[in-house]
Amino acid sequence: MHIFPFIVVVWILAVGLYGVVTSRHLMHLIMCLIVVQSSTYVLLLAVGYKTGAVAPYFYDVPVHTPAVDPVVQALALTDVVVEAAVTALLLAFAIQAHKRFGTLDPQQLVQLKG
Amino acid sequence: MTPRLRRWVFLAGMAGLAAFYLWGLHGLPGFGRYPGPYGDVINRIAVGQTNATGVVSAVNFEYRGFDTLGEEFILFAAATGVAVVLRRLRGERERSATDEAAGRDVPPTSDAVRQVALILTGPMLVVGWYLASHAQTSPSGGFQGGVVLATAFVLIYLAGRFLAFERFSPVDVTDAVEAVGAAGFAAVGLAAVAMGLPLLTNFLGLGTVPGAVSSSGTIALISFFVGLEVAAAFVLIVSELLDQALLLRGSR
Repeated sequence: MHIFPFIVVVWILAVGLYGVVTSRHLMHLIMCLIVVQSSTYVLLLAVGYKTGAVAPYFYDVPVHTPAVDPVVQALALTDVVVEAAVTALLLAFAIQAHKRFGTLDPQQLVQLKG
Repeated sequence: MTPRLRRWVFLAGMAGLAAFYLWGLHGLPGFGRYPGPYGDVINRIAVGQTNATGVVSAVNFEYRGFDTLGEEFILFAAATGVAVVLRRLRGERERSATDEAAGRDVPPTSDAVRQVALILTGPMLVVGWYLASHAQTSPSGGFQGGVVLATAFVLIYLAGRFLAFERFSPVDVTDAVEAVGAAGFAAVGLAAVAMGLPLLTNFLGLGTVPGAVSSSGTIALISFFVGLEVAAAFVLIVSELLDQALLLRGSR
C-alpha cells in the first residue's frame, strides 16, 4: 500500500507544531501556524488523488475521462485564500502586542498577563 | 511550564498521535486509489447540470455555494478585523520618517524594482481580471483572480510610493468594493429565495456551449463578486499593514 503522501502530511504537521510549542517569537509562531495549516492542503489533495486521472476540467477532454476529486480541490482553494487573510489578522495582533508590551516573546507575554 | 517540560509533553503527544495515525492509515485506501463516489458523481454530472467545464468552480460556487459563502465571510471578517485592530490608538500619530532624521532621506527604491513593478502592473490587472471572469471554463475563479488583482495594486506601491498606492486604492473605495463583493454573493443567493427557489439556486440561463464565458449562470456571477471581495480585502490588508510601517517608523 502506498502511503508516503500521508506520512508527509503528519510530518509537516509535527514540524509545524514543534515550532509553535518551542517558539520564542510571535512572528515565528505565526509562520509555524502556516506550516501546520499547509499539512491540511497536502492531506486534502492526497485523499482526492486518483492514479492516472486528469484534473477535473473538461474543457478539452470528454466528460467521462477519469478525473480526481474536485471537492477536496475546492476546499483547498478557498482555504489558501482565507488562511492568508487570517494570517494578516494574526500579524496585526502581533503588532499591537509589541506596541503594548514591548516584546514578541510568547513566554514573556504570558508572564506579563500573570 | 519550562521549555524543557513543554518539549517533553509535546513529544509524548506526538508519539500518541503517530500511533493513532498509523493505525488509522491501515484502514484507508492507499494513495491514488480514490474510493469515491462523491467526486466521481460530481465529475460525471457537473458539466451537464451547470454547463461549467471547470468542475472545481462548479463545486465552489454551485454545489457547495453555501459553504463558500461562509468562507467568504471569514475573509471579510478577517480583513475588517485587521482594519479594526490596527486603528490609530491614542497617542499615535503619523509622521514621515524624514521628520525624525533631518538630512537623512529614506533610501529610495531601486530603479530596477520600479521598472519591473511598472511593467508588471498592467499584465497583472489583465491576468487577474481574466482569472476572475473564467471560473466556469478553466482552473481559475474569484479567489485566485482576486489575489492576482490585489498584487497589481501592491506593484503600484513598489513602483511608486505609499502615497501613490493610497491614491490608487483609497480606503473608502476599497471598503465599498469589499462590501459590494460580499453583499453581491449573498444577494445572488437571496435572489433565488425571492423567486421561490432554494437559496443559491442557479436561476440564470446556463448558455448553450459548455465552457463558454457566458455559460454556467450564477457560477460566473458569484465568481465575479468573490473576485471583487478578495481583491479589495487584500488591498485593504496590505494598505493597513503599510500604514502601520509608516506609523512605527514615525514613532521611533
